[in-house]
Amino acid sequence: MLRDTWLLFRHSLRITLRQKVGLIFGAIQPLFFLVLFGPIFATIGTWETLVPGLIIQLGLMSTGMAGFGVVFEKRTGVLERMRVTPASRLALLLGRVLANAVTLIIQVVLLVAAGYAFGLRAPVGGLLAGLVLIVVLGVSLAALSYAIALTMNEQLFAPVMSTAVIPLVLLSGAFLPMAMAPGWLDALSHVSPFRYALEALRELFSGHYLTGTVLAGVVVTVGFAALSLTVGTRVFNREAA
Amino acid sequence: MIKTADLGKIYKGGVEAVRSVNISVEPGEIVGFLGPNGAGKTTTMRMLTTLLRPTSGTATVAGHDLLGDPRQVRRSIGYVSQSGAVDPTVPLGDELELQGMLYGLSRSDARARIAQVLAMLDLEGMESRLGGALSGGQRRRVDIAFALLHQPVLLFLDEPTTGLDPQSRANLWDHIRSLRDEQGVTVFLTTHYLDEADALCDRLLIIDHGEIVAEGTPAELKAGGRTLDAAFLDITGRSLREEAGV
Repeated sequence: MLRDTWLLFRHSLRITLRQKVGLIFGAIQPLFFLVLFGPIFATIGTWETLVPGLIIQLGLMSTGMAGFGVVFEKRTGVLERMRVTPASRLALLLGRVLANAVTLIIQVVLLVAAGYAFGLRAPVGGLLAGLVLIVVLGVSLAALSYAIALTMNEQLFAPVMSTAVIPLVLLSGAFLPMAMAPGWLDALSHVSPFRYALEALRELFSGHYLTGTVLAGVVVTVGFAALSLTVGTRVFNREAA
Repeated sequence: MIKTADLGKIYKGGVEAVRSVNISVEPGEIVGFLGPNGAGKTTTMRMLTTLLRPTSGTATVAGHDLLGDPRQVRRSIGYVSQSGAVDPTVPLGDELELQGMLYGLSRSDARARIAQVLAMLDLEGMESRLGGALSGGQRRRVDIAFALLHQPVLLFLDEPTTGLDPQSRANLWDHIRSLRDEQGVTVFLTTHYLDEADALCDRLLIIDHGEIVAEGTPAELKAGGRTLDAAFLDITGRSLREEAGV
């Protein structure tokens, strides 16, 4: 299984890295927020609050849309060809989602570097721990995105996902902390795993590691990853025809 | 090489795509699997290639139990689907190498085998070409190349010549024949072209309404001086079939 995962990861990553323009464009939207919204936000908050929010937005928009790739593979017959090989279903999924996670890391590093230019000052330990958390979150999102792409009408995937991402970004508190929201909105946002991940990320970027918020973020993110990979593998096994 | 007993598939929602298929294919045969649209050809082929789980019956494919050991079945078969298998954006060599390595070949063995298979299918030196730059006939031969890298004993071809010009079809028939004659590969193929079935296959199985309704050599089915088209229509009727994809 490990060998198959590695082979598929390397192959998927090679395809992604060939499209350098796409990689850069994927990171541009959060960069716009950083450049055009960040200076306004900085008058009421800190860059250590905003940049993690933009990272969550990037994760949702980048790995959340990973299913596009598998829609293409399904259409061209590539996926079906691979499903007739002896490669495990988990490897077929993991190889792809790990490549998506590496893409996300590159984009996050670009965003954090730009954030530093504006005034972000997060400790190295917090940045690295945050990166690990965002990779786990990215793997989960990509796995779910593949599962949705394989079960949903191909034509609907793009409009449904791009619409679903917006409330998920807003409910996570990416632009303003949900503590500022009215009670009902604050309560609603607790249903979303991205709120917990984001709050943990903010704590880590502020140099607070061993807190309840970080623990909650880690537990929810790992649980979300386990659930997403289970669903993704089942769908790959059953539906990817 | 293939043996099924009452193999059936009912989809969620209760649609019975295959009622009860009983077939037997011997090693070294080229068997054509014919039927009108919606008769159950593709569903049967997808079950035999492990892409769909049967809801009833049993089958042995290439000596392995289809339900009990699907991974061994996958190791032993090659499958070329209707929709093709070529990524138009990736160099063929990269895709073929990945495919070979997913079957357990080392990189050097995969590369050697790729060169061998491409030469066999008149595609020498095409490793650096993108899938999107190939002609229809070349693309279909590349589909077959994917299915042959691991030297399967049994090859499933789902409508292999659909959309090809007469020259490409004839060329593909030659390749399929030589796979059997020179390498002993058993071939199980679906087609809507009855001239193809007649020219290429040792034996034909006709499925309709999810069951095998006739089988025999092309000569046996044409007995009485009728054409294969006439025999097919006599067996399956002349009413139009609207169902697709099952």
